This record gives sequence, structure tokens and C-alpha cells, in this order.
Amino acid sequence: MSTKKVEHLDGVIIRFAGDSGDGMQLTGDRFTSETAALGNDLATFPDFPAEIRAPAGSLPGVSGFQVHFADHDILTAGDRPDVLVAMNPAALKTNLRDVPKGGTIIVNTDAFNDRTLQKAGYAENPLADGSLADYHIHEVALTSMTVGALKGIEGVTPREAERSKNFFALGLMSWLYHRPTEGTIGFIASKFAKRPEIVEANTRAFRAGWNYGETSEDFAVSYEVAPAPLTPGTYRQITGNTALSYGLIAASRLSGLPLFLGAYPITPASSILEELAGRKEFGVVTFQAEDEIAAVGAAVGASFGGALGVTASAGPGVVLKAETVGLAIALELPLLILDIQRAGPSTGMPTKPEQADLLMVLFGRNGESPVPVVAASTPSQCFDAAIEAARIALKYRTPVYLLSDAYLANGSEPWLIPDVADLPDISTSFAEANGEPFEPYRRDPTTLARPWAVPGTKGLEHRIGGLEKADVTGAISYDPDNHDQMVRLRAQKVAGIAADIPELEVDDPDGDAELLVLGWGSTYGPIVAGVRRARKEGHRVARAHLGHLNPLPRNTGDVLRSYPKVLVPEMNLGQLAMLLRAEFLVDVVSYTKVRGRPLGARELEDAITTMVAS
Amino acid sequence: MTGNGLVQLTAKDFKSDQEVRWCPGCGDYAILAGVQSFLPELGVPRENLVFISGIGCAARFPYYVQTYGMHSIHGRAPAIATGLATSRPDLSVWVVTGDGDALSIGGNHLIHALRRNVDITILLFNNRIYGLTKGQYSPTSELGKVTKSTPFGSVDQPFNPLSVAIGAEASFVARAIDTDKQGTAEVLRAAAQHRGAAFVEILQNCNIYNDGAFDVVRDEKDNRLYLRAGEEVRWGEKGVRMRSDGTLEIVDASAGGLLRHDPLRDDPGLAFALARLTWEGAGGVPLGVFRSVSRPVYEDLVHDQVRTAVEQRGEGDLAALLHGADTWSIG
Repeated sequence: MSTKKVEHLDGVIIRFAGDSGDGMQLTGDRFTSETAALGNDLATFPDFPAEIRAPAGSLPGVSGFQVHFADHDILTAGDRPDVLVAMNPAALKTNLRDVPKGGTIIVNTDAFNDRTLQKAGYAENPLADGSLADYHIHEVALTSMTVGALKGIEGVTPREAERSKNFFALGLMSWLYHRPTEGTIGFIASKFAKRPEIVEANTRAFRAGWNYGETSEDFAVSYEVAPAPLTPGTYRQITGNTALSYGLIAASRLSGLPLFLGAYPITPASSILEELAGRKEFGVVTFQAEDEIAAVGAAVGASFGGALGVTASAGPGVVLKAETVGLAIALELPLLILDIQRAGPSTGMPTKPEQADLLMVLFGRNGESPVPVVAASTPSQCFDAAIEAARIALKYRTPVYLLSDAYLANGSEPWLIPDVADLPDISTSFAEANGEPFEPYRRDPTTLARPWAVPGTKGLEHRIGGLEKADVTGAISYDPDNHDQMVRLRAQKVAGIAADIPELEVDDPDGDAELLVLGWGSTYGPIVAGVRRARKEGHRVARAHLGHLNPLPRNTGDVLRSYPKVLVPEMNLGQLAMLLRAEFLVDVVSYTKVRGRPLGARELEDAITTMVAS
Repeated sequence: MTGNGLVQLTAKDFKSDQEVRWCPGCGDYAILAGVQSFLPELGVPRENLVFISGIGCAARFPYYVQTYGMHSIHGRAPAIATGLATSRPDLSVWVVTGDGDALSIGGNHLIHALRRNVDITILLFNNRIYGLTKGQYSPTSELGKVTKSTPFGSVDQPFNPLSVAIGAEASFVARAIDTDKQGTAEVLRAAAQHRGAAFVEILQNCNIYNDGAFDVVRDEKDNRLYLRAGEEVRWGEKGVRMRSDGTLEIVDASAGGLLRHDPLRDDPGLAFALARLTWEGAGGVPLGVFRSVSRPVYEDLVHDQVRTAVEQRGEGDLAALLHGADTWSIG
């Protein structure tokens, strides 16, 4: 172990940044795994361009991965990195503004030459012109030291040797923060097993980076971050999209229905299709459709046949599905529509998060067409959100939107793996013939759900469709009073779900808060962190978070009215705030940012402070 | 009772309690009656039959058949049927559609259902007009057609539905006429027996907005060219011969050397060439089964993969899935 001085930190935020082809996502992933193995609490935020390989060395081509780890529970990937690893000038330029003065920057000096500086728009070399005087700069010849370390490995081209530099960087950072290395050595061996010479190269580069930290005088101190006292149990690291996929498989098991996913590839939802396509041993059927409309159409067809029909997409795809969701509302069949939100309008910024689809999923259809909406709050909570959305869909025979976003989809955190036996029972039953004429729209008196009669059931042959139905019989009806009745019944059915979801829980330690911060979706982490900071400053702040956006928890109005001030932070221009004002006549105040990045804890603290003072 | 213990059904058993609401004289009545009288011989219990439609006059069809049914949204029936057939291979799934529904708004779903070879039977009622919206031209309306939305004549090159289907890799392609009860029954029989996507164009008269569109073959039976496997391709005094360059020519039937119809040919070229024979070009309209080849069926492949995965990995273990490969314990 190191003979150098060791300092103890309670938490660190590191950002790896480089060219799209520099392997920064892989580096960040590995560092995260080492960190998880050590037992820190952690949160990650991969931030990459939509282009697969933007021009090398260019500003738009910079790919970043931020990991925040600590000896206590943390909620976000962090606002600003304490340490930036910049693999080239473009990575330095695009990320420098986020690094606080006094922060540490490790740069790959080999990537700083006239050509790359020019590509990044630097007139002068920032390493030489004194512009970085406020930072702790470590200049490391990453590329040449990597190439040097790899000399003599047969079958490794010079280009491949250069590409191992991300493992050098990972090795150095692993030394600097006392990360365990066995996991990465094992990972390299299995990941590149087909090419033993690459295993050798990456392993050597990784070790060389570690040794460089140990021997170089440039690094006088290394750091320890102790494990966090998390709830006892078995943990794993999980991203939002993986958790969503597992939640769907669990929902299939818990309901006893086969899972059918119809999807069309779209960022950032595609990994759900990919994950589920590889899980056929769970009886999962995935259908990569010709378009977004066919994807949801096939899911409706599968639901009609008695499957758990699901479609997954992002805003530009979800908007195409609107008519089919309207059909599912009229058919009153279960259906899940996952919207992994990204910055819009139109194509927008495909890899960047936003929360601006809320009003679309609530209202973006013709006619009175109410749909329950569930929103996930953290990467691992996507698992529970998927089961909850399925529960509502199956119990109330209705399409349900589940909102996630690009931040949750790709971000990861430790997950206390639930015991399968503790998961909720969401089983449902199909209608059976009883000798009476079948009435497809005779509702359950409590839930107002209609019977789910699947083809193959003798005696229940019936026709459903998008034309208005006569109440009870389901025959086509143009009767004015019947239509009025059916519109109200569909609305009541969805509104009634409020009795079947938890009340809004308020975190107000002393019960005397002067301000309530109310959020929904992926702003959970930043809001909790921001509220903590404000409380540390002595502010009396309450906090609540909505996991159900339609219907809202039944006590929402009471909660809103019990605080003098309500702040609603959102990554849109105030969509939830508008709903709350309309629904409850409460003068909530919006805090909005649409930068394609998660909200920051510090800016929320500032917003809270400002509002408390006003 | 039949041999398998099922009560022998009749056409009447397939009539629903809904009042049929097509215009008097519509060709759809004949098709409905034809299908209802054919269904008993299919031998499939009513509860295992599903008719799915989109939007348009033809799309009201499922309401009138006493089976399971869904009247869905415009153009999307093949997609919905794909989801149902894929998740429930035990069902007999039928799609009823029209020329606008299948070839305009739903064109994408039609071609992809055909190329995937989903085990569904698609009945396309082609009347070459938009009927339910009261008389606009459709994707099968002929060039120059004057309609409400083309007062100066259509400038759109129409689709030949069979060409589209064959081009989309359809494994079964056939054509019938609404009023030709026997021809329709023969085609339906073959289509129902076919495993995979079966595409059937039914020439259907819209007596309100496009009356007489097919009179030349509907009324003039001599102009019907019935394609029959193994038999010469001929009608009346005329026959079809293949030139040395592979194209077809219409000759005097007595000239000999006529083409013999073979719907089982794997190569779609000949079926395509036959589909291109029109009243205007050939003086006759081919009917019957153009193409019927065996190809792997989509849902068979899908469920084979599921079975293989279960065999190789064992039935999915949820707890093991949630744990994954990399876990750590605290406390």
C-alpha cells in the first residue's frame, strides 16, 4: 500500500471527460464499480453527445461521466466536480466552467498540441498561459506513458496501445482514491477475452497508472472515503432503464401475465428494448416494430389477448402513439407507455434530460381522455414505479404513462435489492362465462373497471372498438346521454385511483416549516440535497415529492394549503406548477431550468433561501 | 356433432346481434355473407377467431361477426393483429381493411406484417374510393379519376395492391370478387389454410361513390381469368405465354405453349408478372391464388427463441436477475 500521506474525505465528485472515442463511459463505469465494491454511497451522471463519433477533438464530441461518492447517503451525482480528468483540450474547455476554483484538474498533456488546441478554440495553450492558476493542475503525459508501458506486447498496434490510455487514467484515479483494483483486473480479462494481447495491454496500462500515482512526486497525497452506513442488506449498482426493465419482468411475474414489449429504437429508451430482448427465459416477447405507432398498436393487441402490453419510447415517439393510447382508453384495456423524457421540442437534445412531457401525457390526446400517470424519482426507484404502473393498469383496465428521463435512464446508484417475496401481489383475473349474455362494459362497482375477456374464452365473444360504447352492453351508441355518461365514467374511474395510492408524504422535521418544496420525477435527488443544505443554514423547509401525477394523492390540496409558501422546481417551464394552480387555486412559485442537465442542489438552496427571505 | 366433438356451426352462428349498417347494395354485404358461410367449414371454435379492423366502411366488419373482434384506428389493424397473433399463436386472427386503410395511412404496417409473415389473414376490400368520408380518391383510384377531392382528375399513380404485397415479400397473395361466392370461398379456404401472412384483395363495389368500378369483371364473367395451380393460364379465347425474356404476352389460346400456373414457385417474379395483368392491358383480370409459398412464420420463430432460452438457461429466476453478477453486502 501507499507510503504517501493519506487524507480522509467525506465525499468526492469526479468527472471523467474526453473525446467520444476515448472510452470515458467505460472508465466512469469501472470507477463506479470499484466505488460500489468499497461500499460508498454513490450516484452517477453519464453525459454524452447524441452523435456516435462527433469529429475527434471537437467541443461537441466531448463525452463525460460524473461520479459522486461519499461516506454518507447522497442523492445526486453532484453539482460541480472536485476533480476533472480532461483527456484533451476540448474536454478541458467544455468542463472547466463547472469546476470550482481550487478544484483539481488532471490533464493529458500529450493531447495538447497546436492542432487539438485550435480544434477546441484555444488561441493559447491554457496549460502555459496562466489561465488555470486558480486550480490544482496535474499535468500527466497519459498517452506517451501508456504507449511506453505497453512496449513489447505482440499483436498490439500503436493505435490500440494509445487507446489503452483510459485504463491508465483509471489506474491513476484508483490509486488516488484507494479504490480496490481486483474488480477491474477481472473485468478486463473477461471483457477482452477474445484478444489476450488487449487484456495484457489494458491491464498493464491500468497498473502503470496506479504505479504512476504511487511513484510520481506530482501526487503527494492520496485520499480515502470511508464506506457509507447504508441500510444493511445486499446491494448492486443499477441504472434507471435496467431497473425499469427488471420492474416490468417482476410485474409480469407478480401478475402472472406474459410480458409483451413493442418498441421502436429511440434515445434514451432503447436500452429497455435491448435489456428485455435478452431476457426470453422469463417468457418475455419483444417486438421491434416498424414505427412507434406499430409498437404501441402491437402492445394493445397483446393486451387484448391477455398479456401485459408495454411500449417504451421518448417524447418524439410518445407523441406518435397518442391516437393508439386514446384507443386503449376507449377499449379500457391495460397498457403501459414508458416515456423516457429528453430535451425537446422535436428532436431537441436526444441524450439530455428534461421533464417537459408531463402536460403531453396528461392532455395530448383528442377528446376527454384521462390517463393515470406515474413518475419515477431515482434510478433504482424505476423498479418500483414500473410495478406500480402495471398494478394500476391491470386493476383499472387502463393505459398508464410511466415517466422517467435521460438522467434516470443512464444514471446509476446503489440499490438495496428487494426480497422477491416482499414484492406486491398485482394478480388480476379474466372474465369467465356464467351463462348470462356477456356485458363487456359492466363495471366493477368499486374500481369501475370493466371485465377483461380474452379471446379463447368460450361464450364471451364480443367486439370492442374506438366508437363510443353503450354503457354496460358495449354496443355502438350515439346516444347523447350515454356519451355524457361514458365520458364521466371514464374520468371517475381514473380519478378514483386516488383512493388506492398513498397520501403525499411530507418531510417537515419540526412541523413548522415556512416553505414547502414540492417536486416530481428525477428532481428528487437535487431537491432533497438542496433542502438539506437550506436546513443546515437554519431555514425551516418542508419537502414532498409526487410519484403519482394523475390522479394526484388525495391530500395534495391540504398539503399545499398548509404552508405559507410553495416552491415547485421542475426541468420544464412550470408544468406541474400550472396544474397545481389550476386544480387547487394555490399560488405556488415555479423554479425552472431547461438546460438539459439535472437541477443542482446549490441552485435549489439559493432558490429556497431567496424565497424564504421574500 | 363433428368428429372432434364440436357442435357443427352454421353461417347463422357467426351473425352478431348488431344491425348491419352499410349502404343498401354495398358489395360488403356479399363479402360478409361469404365469410359467415365459409367460417363453419374452417372448424375453428368461434372463441378462437378474432377479426381486427381499422377505419373505413370495411372496418365495421368485425361488429357483424359473432367472434372476438376489435374495430381499431385508421391503418393500424395489421400492427394490432401482429401483437395479438404473436402473443397468442393459438388464435386465428383476421384483418379486415380497405384500400385507404391498408395502402395509405396503414401502408407501413401492411408491408411489415407481410414481410414478417405473421400468421394472420388480411382481407383488403378494394373499392378504389374513400367511402366513409364520402367520396375522395384513394391510393387505388386510377389516374385522372374525378372525385370530390380531385375535381380536375387524380394525378396520383395508383397502387396495384397485389404488386405491393408481392413486393413486400408476402408468402400468400390472392384476389377475389365480392359477388363471386364460389371464387371467394375458394380463395378464403386457401388463405385460411396458409400458415403465415395471407393477403387477399377482394374487388368490392361501392355503389354510392364509385359504382361500377369493377363491372368489367364483376358483371362480365368472361373477363375473369381464374388462376388454378397446374392449369394453363387462359380465359375465353385468350391465354398467357411467357416470352424468352421472361415477360408475359397475351396470345390466342389455341396457339399453345401457354403458361402453367404454379403458385408454389419460390421466385416471386411470375406471380408479380401475373399481378400486373389488368383489364386495360390484358383484357382480363386474374383471380385466385397468385402465390402461396412456405416461409417461417413470425410467431413460431419468436416462441422458438423463448423456448430455447428457457431450455438453455432454465426458467427465469427473478431473484437471480435482480441480484445480477456484482453485489455487495452491508451490515
